[in-house]
Amino acid sequence: MSLDPVSNPAAIPEEVLARAEARGINRRDFIRFCTMTTAALALPVTMVGRVAAAVADTRVPVIWVEYQSCSGDSEALLRANQPTAGEIILDLISLEYSEVVMAAAGHQAEEAKRQAAEKYRGKYLLVVEGSVPTGADGAYCTIGGHSAVEDCRKLVNGAFATICVGSCSSFGGIPAAAPNPTGAISVMEAVPGAPIVNLPGCPVNAENLTATIVHVLTFGKLPATDSLGRPKFAYGKRIHDNCERRGHFDAGQYAQTFGDVGHRQGHCLYQLGCKGPETFHNCPTIRYNEGASWPVMAGHGCIGCSEPGFWDTMSPFYRRLPKVPGFGIEDTADKIGIGLAAATAMAFGLHGVASCFRKGDAMEEDKVVREE
Amino acid sequence: MLEIRYVWEWPVRITHWVNVLCMLMLSITGFYIGSPFMTASETSQYIMGWMRLLHFVFAYLFTVSVLSRVAWMFLGNHHASWKAFFPWTTAEGRRNFVKMFRYYTFTGKKISYEVGHNPVAATAYLGIFMLFFFQIVSGFTLYGMYAPGGVWSGLTGWVLTLVGSQWLRLLHHGVMWLLIGFFINHFYSGWLMDVKERNGTMSGIFSGYRYIEPRDL
Ligand code: HEM
Ligand code: HEM
Ligand code: SF4
Repeated sequence: MSLDPVSNPAAIPEEVLARAEARGINRRDFIRFCTMTTAALALPVTMVGRVAAAVADTRVPVIWVEYQSCSGDSEALLRANQPTAGEIILDLISLEYSEVVMAAAGHQAEEAKRQAAEKYRGKYLLVVEGSVPTGADGAYCTIGGHSAVEDCRKLVNGAFATICVGSCSSFGGIPAAAPNPTGAISVMEAVPGAPIVNLPGCPVNAENLTATIVHVLTFGKLPATDSLGRPKFAYGKRIHDNCERRGHFDAGQYAQTFGDVGHRQGHCLYQLGCKGPETFHNCPTIRYNEGASWPVMAGHGCIGCSEPGFWDTMSPFYRRLPKVPGFGIEDTADKIGIGLAAATAMAFGLHGVASCFRKGDAMEEDKVVREE
Repeated sequence: MLEIRYVWEWPVRITHWVNVLCMLMLSITGFYIGSPFMTASETSQYIMGWMRLLHFVFAYLFTVSVLSRVAWMFLGNHHASWKAFFPWTTAEGRRNFVKMFRYYTFTGKKISYEVGHNPVAATAYLGIFMLFFFQIVSGFTLYGMYAPGGVWSGLTGWVLTLVGSQWLRLLHHGVMWLLIGFFINHFYSGWLMDVKERNGTMSGIFSGYRYIEPRDL
C-alpha cells in the first residue's frame, strides 16, 4: 500500500509505520492517531515522527483502579464509537488490572493486581478513577479487604506516575460535595507529593488521557501542569475563550430560556447559567467522543464539571452566580442589591425630612445675615 | 473672623471626581456584564464586547486614580493624610466621633466642628477605600483568567485559590451594590452637612475651599 504524502504530513518513517502495522494497527488510523495526539498535546507537527516512534512498539503496563466512582471514565474510554483512539490506546498499554474489563474476579483479580504492581514496580502507570473516602476509617470503600486509602497509597507509591481520571479522583468530585458524608478526598490529598497528574472532567475526555499517556511514552515524564496538577495542554485555556458561541456573547445575543428563539438560533448560553467563563478545559477544541460534540455545542451550558468542587461552587447550574447565603433561591444578587439601595434611600429620605424640621442645630447662627 | 481655608488640594478633588466617573461607568457596564439588559439583533453588533472593553478601560483608570490618592495620603496635607481615616485612634477623634454619631441618630444636638472629614465620614471612607481595593483585586483576578500564566493571573492566582471564581464574581457583583448604597448615604450626608454646617462642605469637593471660624474649633 502506498501512501500519498498529504495524509502523512509529518512523514512518519516507513519503518515505524511497518512496526505499527506488524502489531495489527491500520496505518491510516496510526497516522491519524499520532497527528491528532501531537496536536492535542500542543506540540509542533515536526514532533509527530517522535511520537510515532515512541508509541509504535512500546507497551506500558497500566493498572486502572476504581474507588468511589461511577465507572463513567472507563466508559468514556471504552465506549469510544470509532476504532481509532480507544482501540489504539488499548493497544498502546498493557492493561494489567481493570475492574470494568478484566475477566478475572475475586482473589484471582487481587492476586493479578498484586503481581503486576510487584513485577512492574516503579514502571507501571496507575490510573485512578473515583475519590478516596477517609471517613469511618475508610470503611466506605474497600477492595479485597483493604480500604481505598491503603490500596491507593500503596499503588501510587509503587507507580512510575499516577494519572487521575475524572473530577472525583482529581478533586474529590461528587462524592466530596457538601456535606461529604464519606470524607472523600482526591488522590493528591491522599498521597501528597507523589508524581500525579489530574485529568478532571465528568467524565474525563478520552483524548486527553491518550495524549497524557503518549506524552509519558514519548518524553518519559508527565506533561507540564498548572497549580492544580492539570496538564497545561488540555486545561490551559478557558472554555469561554475558545467557544464557538463566543461571537454571540460579544455581540450581545443570548438564549434566555431553553427552546426560545435565541436558543434555537444557537446564541450564547450565558444567561442560562453557562460556566464557560469560569472553566478551564479544551472541550471546545477537542470535544467528546472523537470530536462528535460537547455540551455547549449540544445547546446546554457548561456546568464547570472539571473545576475543583464543581458540584458546590458551580451550582445552581442554570444560574450564572451562586445563591446568596441566607436568602431564598429566587433572590438574585441584583434583587437583593436593589432592595438594599431602596432601603438606604428610604432611611435617609426619612432622616432628611426629620432633619429639616430640626431646630437649633445649624452652625454659625451668629454669622448669618438675612438678605432683604 | 471667618477664614477661607484651602483644605482639599487638587489631587484629592481630581481623584474624587475621577472615581465618581469610574464608579458610574463601572456600575453601568458591570451591571450589563452581570445581566445583559440589551440584546443584539445582528451578530455583527458588539454590545457585550464594548461593555467589557469600557469596563476594563475604566477599571485601569480607576486603579490609577485610587493608587494616586493613596500616594497623596503620604504627600498631601494632614486632612488628606492616611491618618485622617483613623479618627478613633486619638482621644479627640473618639470624642468627636461619638458627638457626630449622636447628632446623626438624633440623640445629640451638636455637630462636631471639623476642617477636614468628620470622624464618622472618615470611618466610612476607610471602608470605601477597602471596597475599592477589593473591587480592584477581585476585578483583576477575573480579568486574569483569560490568560493563565500571564501577568495578571500570576499576580492574582492566590485569590482564586482562596475564594474560587464563582464566589469571587458574586462578591465583585455584590460590592457594586454596597458602593451604590454608600453613594446614596454619602450624597445625602453631603447635602445635610452643607445645610447644617454652613461651611461649604459641598463646594469644597469642587473648589477645595471651606469657610472656617477658628474661634469655634
Ligand atoms: C468599583 C468598581 C467596579 C464595579 C462596581 C464593578 C462591577 C462589576 C459587575 C457588576 C460585574 C458583573 C459580575 C457578574 O455578575 O458576573 C463585573 C464584572 C467584571 N469586572 Fe468589574 N467592577 C468594578 C471594578 C473592576 C475592576 C477594577 C476590574 C479590573 C480589571 C474589573 C474587572 C471585571 C471583570 C474582568 C469582570 C468579568 C467580565 C466578564 O466575565 O466578561 N472590575 N464588574
Ligand atoms: C454627586 C456625587 C458626589 C458628591 C456631590 C460628593 C461629594 C463629596 C464631598 C463633599 C466630599 C468631602 C466630604 C467631607 O468633607 O468629609 C466627598 C468625599 C469623598 N467621596 Fe464623594 N461625592 C460624590 C460621589 C461619590 C461617589 C460615587 C463615591 C464613591 C463611591 C465617593 C467617595 C468619596 C470618598 C472616598 C471621599 C473621601 C475623599 C478623600 O478623602 O479622598 N463620592 N465627596
Ligand atoms: S456559551 Fe458559555 S462558554 Fe460559550 S460564549 Fe457563551 S458563556 Fe461563553
